[in-house]
Amino acid sequence: MLLLALLCLWLPSLDARQVEMPEEQNFWDQAARFFLLQDISVQIVVLGSTLIGISCGLIGSYVVTRKLSLFGDTLSHAVLPGIAVGFLWAGSKDNLALLIGATGAGFLGVSSLTFLQKYTRVRQDSALGIVLSGFYAVGICLLTRIQKMELGNQSGLDSFLFGQASALSVEDLWGIGGTLLVISLFILVAYKKLLVTGFDLSFSRSIGIPADGLQYVLWLLLAFCVITSLQIVGVILASALLIIPAVTASLLVKRMNTYLLVSAILGAGAGLGGSFLSFLGKGLPTGPLIVLVSAGIFLSVLCFRPRKGIATQWFFSRKNSLRIQRENTLKAIYQVLEKNNFKNQTIPTQALRSKRGINMVECEFEIQQLVQAELATKGSPGPSPALPGQSILSLTPRGWEYACKIVRNHRLWELYLTNEAKYAPDHVHEDAEKIEHVLGEDTIRQLERILSNPKKDPHGKLIPSLTDMELGGIPKT
Amino acid sequence: MKPPLYPIEVHDLTVSYQRKPVLYGVDVEIEEGSLVGVIGPNGAGKSTLIKAIMNMVRPNGGFVKIFGKSPKAGTKHIGYVPQRESVDWDFPVTVMDVVLMGRYGHLGWLGRLSKADRKMAHECLEKVDMLPYSNRQIGNLSGGQQQRVFLARALAQESSIYLMDEPFAGVDAVTEKAIVSILKSMQQDGKTLVIVHHDLATAKEYFGHLLLLNMRKIAYGPIQQVFTEELLQTTYGGRLTVFSEMASQAAKQPEIEKEKSLPV
Repeated sequence: MLLLALLCLWLPSLDARQVEMPEEQNFWDQAARFFLLQDISVQIVVLGSTLIGISCGLIGSYVVTRKLSLFGDTLSHAVLPGIAVGFLWAGSKDNLALLIGATGAGFLGVSSLTFLQKYTRVRQDSALGIVLSGFYAVGICLLTRIQKMELGNQSGLDSFLFGQASALSVEDLWGIGGTLLVISLFILVAYKKLLVTGFDLSFSRSIGIPADGLQYVLWLLLAFCVITSLQIVGVILASALLIIPAVTASLLVKRMNTYLLVSAILGAGAGLGGSFLSFLGKGLPTGPLIVLVSAGIFLSVLCFRPRKGIATQWFFSRKNSLRIQRENTLKAIYQVLEKNNFKNQTIPTQALRSKRGINMVECEFEIQQLVQAELATKGSPGPSPALPGQSILSLTPRGWEYACKIVRNHRLWELYLTNEAKYAPDHVHEDAEKIEHVLGEDTIRQLERILSNPKKDPHGKLIPSLTDMELGGIPKT
Repeated sequence: MKPPLYPIEVHDLTVSYQRKPVLYGVDVEIEEGSLVGVIGPNGAGKSTLIKAIMNMVRPNGGFVKIFGKSPKAGTKHIGYVPQRESVDWDFPVTVMDVVLMGRYGHLGWLGRLSKADRKMAHECLEKVDMLPYSNRQIGNLSGGQQQRVFLARALAQESSIYLMDEPFAGVDAVTEKAIVSILKSMQQDGKTLVIVHHDLATAKEYFGHLLLLNMRKIAYGPIQQVFTEELLQTTYGGRLTVFSEMASQAAKQPEIEKEKSLPV
């Protein structure tokens, strides 16, 4: 679905390129025109989208942390009939009338929800679904009716369905700015109280905080926020502005104050980015683009945030598995050398391949990994260049030390399991296969002390000693 | 002579949820400085009693008094520790933020936290051995650590009465011992503590007084007098089934005066 959306973004830009190929500067000219705010219409749209982004980011933080996401969605759908009624009442697209109508409808929607929850056994998610679709249906009916009336044609009310940023007027801007101001003031004054009611409702009641009152103010501000954003994004997408920046913030921060800040910045960024993109790609609607930018930011944060991001974790686990693979190759080389009682300094790659039980391509890859890390060198057995799969391998001093270390880890752990944890000797190998890669220096020293510097593992094989490792190569006996 | 002023006085308290009685005519007077365990089987109304004292549920009959005053005026004397599960542990707050919430009751609108408040929160965290975690997000704590944070918040409230709902639920043995010793030192500071508990085996060593509850008050008193085979049998045995059935039926008849319709 997202790919489709991205495709929509790309298609017109391809068109544009085909048409106006010679003007390479076009993008930068456009960008300059946008950011210098030369057009009054651009000014209004940019300011409106950014301010709404901030408002929605702030209120959205409370919506998301209180698990009211669906609630915001329901509210945005529920105001639609109110807008229609407000229009009918005033006879024109009068902002105040629309606001009163929408607030009233929003209140009615919330009351219906509360009623369903308190006095019936309808579950919350179902109740939300019923109220959402019911109010929306009423709204659509009324709007269609208005369109068929005389004054309805130019009403511009359909912009509330899908949003139409270009229809934004200076008065709308005042409404948007006022909403942001009220929201900011409310959060400033009631920050602590909102914090405690959100985290622990019954405790907040116990210290005399009017939790219900705060919740109502929050709902009212949420309604204002939704109503003012309808002009830009429309009824259906309004909740996206509330939810996406806040959820993105929740991935990044651990305290409410930074949460609010990050969410507001992300909201503003999405507003700005969306209006910029729609300015570039003529004919693309601002509202959906704002939502797409927001979703894009969310996805990239989800993937690339420090430590917990999906891509970040993938990268680290890949790095880790490469290391483990390298260590296993080294161990296999050591074991082949050991089998020949260390008579040779080199081993044929064939021997490594059969020891590891892998095919030639995999083997070449593993060898290449070692060579790149300067742990081993590859050569040919005779004076002529080696045929594929016929080459020989020798460990560098560092590779030898590393290999000794891994084998030592493995055998010490096996010995520890049999001697101290009382495992049977035929049960210890698999466990040691995993542990050998994670044993740190300190643990090894501890094991040595516990086992009093052993010479042999439970299977009677010699444990490479520290002096073996320091020799930097196979002992020449 | 003036009657003694109890921190908590519960008189003939009846509470029902959706017409199903949960507490029925409960009388308890708790003396200052006692450490009371509230014991009873599941669904006995232990949490409901706490909530009724906290003025969070409306009683159908009877009353609660906190230091002789109505619970509405009295709750500010009470530090309340809700059940751990009742809280959203994914909420974006740190351990320190939660403990500071204990000071919120002492602030006004626009009130700011003072240096003294922060110092206090710091000390409370130290008392429960959670100072090293003060900057952690609360979701990254174990169950026992979460309970310690709750306790630190309660300490920061500096109340004279504490009501705790199952503070030992889902807590490891070490934390349980630590919590008990903190509770006992709070008692020594003259605090009145009411703790909902449901492990009979440990009740005897933890508390000074016991309230045995199973819809009705079965018994209340010092532990030596109340912790008897017979009373525990009454609390946990099935002897009250007829009573609860009749009570439910009576509750469904809105016109009947509930208290009078049932001889007990």
